[in-house]
Amino acid sequence: MAVVLDVAVRLAVIVAAFLVLPLIAGQAEHKVMAHMQARLGPMRAGGFHGWAQLIADGVKFAQKEEIVPAAADRRVFALAPAVALIPYLVVLVVVPVGPGLVGVDLDAGLFFVLAVMGIGVLGSIMAGWASGNKYSVLGGIRSAAQLVSYELPLVLAASSVAMAAGTLSLPGIVEAWRWWWLPWQAIGAVVFFTAGLAELRRPPFDMPIAESEIIMGPMTEYTGMRFALFMLAEYAGIIVLSALTTVLFLGGWHGPFLPGPVWTLLKVAVLVFVVIWVRVSYPRLREDQLQRLAWVGLVPLALVQLALTGIVRVLAG
Amino acid sequence: MGLAKGLSVTLRHMLNKSVTQQYPDVRPDLPARSRGVIALVEENCTVCMLCARECPDWCIYIDSHKETLPAPEGGRPRARNVLDRFAIDFSLCMYCGICIEVCPFDALFWSPEFEYADGDIRNLLHEKDRLAAWVQTVPPPPAHEPNAEPPKELAAASRPARPRTTAGPARTVPGGAGTAGTPSAPSEAPASPTPPEATTSTGPSTSPESSTSSGPSTSSEPRRPERRTSTRRADVRAIRPPGALPKNDIPPAGDEPVESPGGRPEDSTPVGSEPAGSPPPGPGSGPAGSGSAGSSLPGAGPAGSGSAGSPPVGSEHGDQPPSPTESSRPERPRRRTSTRFSDVRAIRPPGALPKKDTPPAENLSTEQGGVPPDEGPAEQTSATDQAEESEEEK
Repeated sequence: MAVVLDVAVRLAVIVAAFLVLPLIAGQAEHKVMAHMQARLGPMRAGGFHGWAQLIADGVKFAQKEEIVPAAADRRVFALAPAVALIPYLVVLVVVPVGPGLVGVDLDAGLFFVLAVMGIGVLGSIMAGWASGNKYSVLGGIRSAAQLVSYELPLVLAASSVAMAAGTLSLPGIVEAWRWWWLPWQAIGAVVFFTAGLAELRRPPFDMPIAESEIIMGPMTEYTGMRFALFMLAEYAGIIVLSALTTVLFLGGWHGPFLPGPVWTLLKVAVLVFVVIWVRVSYPRLREDQLQRLAWVGLVPLALVQLALTGIVRVLAG
Repeated sequence: MGLAKGLSVTLRHMLNKSVTQQYPDVRPDLPARSRGVIALVEENCTVCMLCARECPDWCIYIDSHKETLPAPEGGRPRARNVLDRFAIDFSLCMYCGICIEVCPFDALFWSPEFEYADGDIRNLLHEKDRLAAWVQTVPPPPAHEPNAEPPKELAAASRPARPRTTAGPARTVPGGAGTAGTPSAPSEAPASPTPPEATTSTGPSTSPESSTSSGPSTSSEPRRPERRTSTRRADVRAIRPPGALPKNDIPPAGDEPVESPGGRPEDSTPVGSEPAGSPPPGPGSGPAGSGSAGSSLPGAGPAGSGSAGSPPVGSEHGDQPPSPTESSRPERPRRRTSTRFSDVRAIRPPGALPKKDTPPAENLSTEQGGVPPDEGPAEQTSATDQAEESEEEK
């Protein structure tokens, strides 16, 4: 009984975090991006600096008509948002926030995370194919190409950390983490974070949804709650990516003075800010530049990191 | 490096304070001369149509009709334009402000009010009542810089006096008042009427100097621009017509309280001595002197002003059957005496104005000199009425 209760509480907390953190990230993006562009952002909803803007948006989305194009593959079309969103919820289950504060401590946690995150992109591809729209198909194909290109450096960088820690368990990696891993795994961290951004199709890697050429890419035909789920998936992806980067490369709950979970959340928040910051600062990469960055830039760097990790690991014994 | 520079730019912007104006919550701080909307002072409009004709968009619509005022005794009927409709279509207006620039009577003003957007473009055609409502929002004109040249209105006002050869004395009068200071003028004004006599003989040389001081203008300055214009114009117009208008002048006198017949005797007695003594010199002083004296002098004003005013007219027209006209002229000055500004308006529409003149005169007079003018006119009117009645009976 106690075990069941424990699991229920953990799942409830995870679901709550999954619903709240993306909203906070979205609001932060609204305000931070606005101020970086010398604007104020939402100021009216909720009364104080538009804190309820995303709630108002949610209400608006819920009221909108859900349109399914006549040429759409209805079943796939309806399933795609869920496929895009749920993997991030599942990933959160294995992400440790503090010592012992984990949904499930899997032995192959890192492997599980990388596998599940790849499914999230599948939702985008499904949406692009099922919409019966040429822009959606183009966006879906770009998503697929991006997934193929960036999954490789992502996995290589993550495997570098696993090599260093000698375990695939996320809590195990955090416990094995030492401060000098920061410079040691710096290249891997940059590669992992960048490749993760590309997997999320966040600007400046948002070629699949480049609104100036293919409307909204795979989401062109989506309206109402389904579109809202796609947007929620994007922000949930930001949270998951930031959390994974924190756990793998930034030492998770390690930190002076403050309790562990606070350190984890703090690092996640900083990374979310960096995600927004990068989005505001850089223009969108062209499709060929996108592929070039992955194959000519990130993959070799990840391999270098892998070699460096192996050498140090062998020399240090 | 380029990437870091981009990040630093966005970060700097985020840390700087945003300059966004929260408009609906915080009203914008507009300059006083903002071109928000055009306000109409309906009383100043003479339906001259200049604004409508100059408007590049043809977005000003004016309708009017002529009212013929009954001929006063011994006069001819006068026509007067009455404004029926004055509308500006702000869906066409391009806010060039030409109508305001061109308006010779200060009937149009810029107002910074800008919140009159409407859902229907047809509702942007605003009639004169709405335009008049915006007058409340017109800011007062900025003060002239202390050492700046006098505004050209003042220069224009001082000029017309020169043409009058005899104007010298008249100016001296206003000059005296002006030097004394307009607000304080009332007290000094009583003194001024006497100077005209003396000045009439000596005046001409000294007068120009005093005129440069722009006695009338100074007196008017403290008030609003409109009034200034009115006062100056009043002088100006009063000056022109005299040559041709012995007849015209008479009617207005009749139209007005008709004090002239009744008033003259009274005025003439005090003033009469003066004109008789110095009819020739007086001429120019008429309008200006009357104005200054009138504003300044409550009770004594009419007499003094009358004296000053009557002679000038008479002198100008002097050759003609003047003596009667002269006697009649004093009337005019009187009106001014009662109210300078009213004079202007009274002169134009003479047919219809006994009613209008009196109220504005009171208002203006009160603003200018204070209470005295009111008393003066009232006395006059009463006297004049009696005089009229007596004349009619006769």
